[in-house]
Amino acid sequence: MRHLTRQVFNSGKFVVGFSIFVGILLIVIIYPILFPYPPLEIIGQGNFFPPGLYVNVYDSIFTSHYILNLDDATANRIASKLDSEDRLAIQKWLTASGFPESEIDIENTAQLLDQWTNNFDPTKRFPGMTNADRNYFIRLNNSLKGLLSTEGAIIAVENPETASLEEAGVVAQNDYIVVNEVPNVRLLPLGTDNFGRDVLTELVAATKVSLIIGFVAGSIATLIGLILGLLSGYIGGQVDDVIMFFTNLLTVIPSFVLLILISFSIGQEQRGAFTIAVVIGLTSWVWTTRAVRSQVISLRNRDHVNLSKLSGHSISYIIIADILPYIASYVVMALILQISSAILAEAGLSILGLGPRTTEVATLGLMLNWALIYQAPILGYWWAFYPVIIVIALIAFSLNLMNTGLDQVFNPALRE
Amino acid sequence: MADERKLCLSGTGITKVFGIGRNKTTAVNHVDFNFYEGEIISIVGESGSGKTTLAKMLLGLINPTEGEIYFQGVKRDISSHRKKKEYWKNIQAIFQDPFSSYNIFRKIDSVLLDCIHMRGGRGLPYDQKVELMTEACRFVNLKFDELTNKYPFELSGGQQQRLMIARIFLLKPQILLADEPTSMIDACSRATILDMLMQLRDEIGMTPIFITHDIGLAYYVSDTVYIMEKGEFVEKGSADEVILHPKEPYTRRLISDVPKIYEEWDLSTV
Repeated sequence: MRHLTRQVFNSGKFVVGFSIFVGILLIVIIYPILFPYPPLEIIGQGNFFPPGLYVNVYDSIFTSHYILNLDDATANRIASKLDSEDRLAIQKWLTASGFPESEIDIENTAQLLDQWTNNFDPTKRFPGMTNADRNYFIRLNNSLKGLLSTEGAIIAVENPETASLEEAGVVAQNDYIVVNEVPNVRLLPLGTDNFGRDVLTELVAATKVSLIIGFVAGSIATLIGLILGLLSGYIGGQVDDVIMFFTNLLTVIPSFVLLILISFSIGQEQRGAFTIAVVIGLTSWVWTTRAVRSQVISLRNRDHVNLSKLSGHSISYIIIADILPYIASYVVMALILQISSAILAEAGLSILGLGPRTTEVATLGLMLNWALIYQAPILGYWWAFYPVIIVIALIAFSLNLMNTGLDQVFNPALRE
Repeated sequence: MADERKLCLSGTGITKVFGIGRNKTTAVNHVDFNFYEGEIISIVGESGSGKTTLAKMLLGLINPTEGEIYFQGVKRDISSHRKKKEYWKNIQAIFQDPFSSYNIFRKIDSVLLDCIHMRGGRGLPYDQKVELMTEACRFVNLKFDELTNKYPFELSGGQQQRLMIARIFLLKPQILLADEPTSMIDACSRATILDMLMQLRDEIGMTPIFITHDIGLAYYVSDTVYIMEKGEFVEKGSADEVILHPKEPYTRRLISDVPKIYEEWDLSTV
């Protein structure tokens, strides 16, 4: 046994797959302990807030300000306000007024503004310039002046007695705060989803639920497949005929179609995560049965089984002691594949809206479903679906890698 | 002459057909035989002649398609597990490949304990069981103290086959089916194993049935020889009669296929 464990952990593929899987498992266990946020709490008003560090504005005004004289502060501020359309308009005016085109760099905000303020003349007219164009350039100039102002902003507080505004402080343009001193800061590494929920917290909770669904469905499928395969393979005869009839029947019908039909007929109210896991388990045992059966058939005429029979052991003892240990490695591999395919099946079912009941519990498939319904892929809110896809891919990848690694250990013909 | 001896195993019209339709293969074809108590029987034939299938039918591991097997003159009944267990107290086997004969997940003592339990020794105190196992191991020149907590695959092929004989020693069956007991073992251990089987036969008075492709071995050990070709007995009779004066061309071919060195070894032991 110890020898086998060492052999398994010597397989590079298995170790890589195992590390990824254990990593995911650890994150799922540790993250809720470190950040005990309720996973489905709606924190954002509005949908799809971008990822980033959210600092409370009110708190940041009333925490102590530090003056930092940084050269590029103004340029950065203007750069963030000046969109590409305005930049192109500036370039157009400058070239029309005879400024050499090679000296204009629309990416260099400071230089561009410098050229604009030094050269702009609202009275200047060019051939082909309409009044509307001229008014546009004048408006642009005014807005740039506003950007370039060095005045601070006054903060006013309403006096509850007189209902008049009183100055509470001035925020200068070179005032800074330290994020650590602001009492209310929330990091949303993956932003929020369509309901305004923290995607990362939700993703961890969803991964946990999806893994549980995978384990439950995989175990049910493997157990059913194992029992039917053992009975069908060892007893044979009419038992085999009956079991194989149903197995073949289910092999022909694609299990995903069956899954959709069952899931639909259960109805929205009864569809919890556990029900879906059971349904997935009940529809995916077919291949395990066939594989176990063929393994058992090859084992049942071996001499050690005959010897066990001659020693007077019962059928159940022979199946448990003489057949099961020989196919145990195979069953473990089948279980790993079943877990992986159950997680994928849940995701597929949930994308169609037939997964567990919506908004009560998050699963990886449901997160994709929500992102899809609220058009996140079209509107470019990548944080709502890319991380989910990556987690699903990582889980499936790690499980399949573990399976391949085990296959190489147990089947020496596949070793490199 | 036949009436004086007691029948131990006999069969009429035993047939085994595998497969259906065009894939039908008749492994054993209407075979009749009478095995008497006390004689040493050999069934000789080349690979695929149906000897192992016949042996499995005699053991009750597979059911014949046709024909009846009689045990001690009474029709054999192995319809239930209990009856099979009762039958297997009387007939036991040694298989060809010792390396695949044991469950690799079970230790040696549990293999031997099974035999004691089979003989109704389940209630015995543990000391007495150990004594029985030690005695059985001593009989086959193995040391039980060294075997406890070991797995069968840790032994050599010859040792494993000797352990198999220790099983038979504990079970004390009336019939032993030895299905090519020495074909996977080197020539030195071969003689030891055969000697042990003969000694065991004298000790517990069982009827051994050797199933072999080695006509030299058959001549060396047996009283009665059955020659099997394509599922049928083509020749039967006493060992001297069949091997020294073969009637069938198939038998002659089998004899001529034996390497020279075997012949000398066999003849020297007569």
